[in-house]
Amino acid sequence: MLAVVGTVPDASFPLTCGRARLKMGRLEVQGVSVPIGRGTPALAAAAVAAMERLSGGDVFVFLVGDVGRGDGSRVLYRFLAENLRQFSFSVMVFHYLQPDVDWHNKVLFAVDALPQRPFLIADAGFMYAAKMSGQAPAYDVFTPDIGEMAFLADERAPHPFYTRGFILHDPHKVPELVARAYAHEDAPRRLVIKGETDHIAEAGRIVATVSQPVWEPMEAIGGTGDTLTGILGALCASGKDPLDACRMAALTNRWIGFLARPTPATQVAELIPTVPEALEQARKVAALQEGDKRA
Amino acid sequence: MFRFLKKLSPRKNTASGAASDRGILVFENTSEVIQAEKRLKGLGFPIAVKGPPPEIQKGCDLVIEFPLMEKLTIERHLEAAGLHPLAVVPVTAPLLEPVSLFHTKDYGRYLMVRAANMKITVDKESLRIVNISGGGCPDVPYLADRLVGQSLGEAPQPREIGHTLCGYALQLAYEELCRRCSP
Repeated sequence: MLAVVGTVPDASFPLTCGRARLKMGRLEVQGVSVPIGRGTPALAAAAVAAMERLSGGDVFVFLVGDVGRGDGSRVLYRFLAENLRQFSFSVMVFHYLQPDVDWHNKVLFAVDALPQRPFLIADAGFMYAAKMSGQAPAYDVFTPDIGEMAFLADERAPHPFYTRGFILHDPHKVPELVARAYAHEDAPRRLVIKGETDHIAEAGRIVATVSQPVWEPMEAIGGTGDTLTGILGALCASGKDPLDACRMAALTNRWIGFLARPTPATQVAELIPTVPEALEQARKVAALQEGDKRA
Repeated sequence: MFRFLKKLSPRKNTASGAASDRGILVFENTSEVIQAEKRLKGLGFPIAVKGPPPEIQKGCDLVIEFPLMEKLTIERHLEAAGLHPLAVVPVTAPLLEPVSLFHTKDYGRYLMVRAANMKITVDKESLRIVNISGGGCPDVPYLADRLVGQSLGEAPQPREIGHTLCGYALQLAYEELCRRCSP
């Protein structure tokens, strides 16, 4: 089963865990209805929509309210550190949490203590904490955008806010950024770098790029990186080979933009209904590309 | 067992490790350090008074170590108490500066500005904020909820209601956007 871990932007939202469903354009967990804004609810919604199409499997979410003070995140970190052994997941996606090295390490200890280690995907604040702690290689996939990739490539930066200018200045030098991140052991086994062209890296080198179809306004829409990560989680939990899942997730996210034709003012919740069709289009394109390779 | 211990050992000479999510507040004199310590401890922040690292060439002989991610919140509390640090820097690399490079993308009717990992997009005709994306700290979705739909002149500034370094990066992008949209 796929697990999604993160926060919602409501300080009064209690720690809630359970199977997530999509209902009337919102995420429903344990009878609680959560709006699909950007962030973890968008990721979880995309994962649920993708799982319904792929295998019908469940998406289990761990959510807590946090508006940036870190209090909710610490409640969730503690819960995972103390209770994760009661659960069993094939894939875990860690997302918007206040970066905290000590708590990150406690959660990673809990993951490592599980009888069967899940496939680990990290994005957003938890990815920052993983890099800061020096434990990036313990993960299977990170899904940074180009600004976050520069942060991973800067061995001295404790947060993207402090990424040095000589690393940040050219967003087109993705292979150099990737090589630098791996050289300092600040990257996991695989990276999906979201950008004008999506780059997929493994063990220090770019192994695939996805650049079509193009729908430029997607970059401006908050949550479109989150949908990619959610779809990636769903593909991995459905048994897809990890590298194929990375390619397919990037392709699907692009098809979401192409099919929904959003403007920069579109909100991510409006894109979720497109996920199943985008997955189907991506599957067809991937099959054609595979056929071309064989021929 | 040994492999596991090695795996969770922080590495040296990088931003990685237990102190990498900590920052330093540098003040002009020790009186300010004592006042800041009293105020921040009273508010429940996990801080510690320490000696400054050798890279810091200004301020007094004491600094305050604090959770770096909460930079915006802590600076706001200090400002309310009339305390103004000379510098606020990461423990692991005190000479690092905040990002100062901006990337812009013009979509015709809309303009997007990116600072580090944060992007903000405005409708150039109405000056309404239409989207906020990027970031990884939990105040980003909160800031987006509060700002999207409001005009640049009416919306609260990210530094007024944000808490983290992502909130700070959004403030920089917001200021750059205001600069570009000003007549």
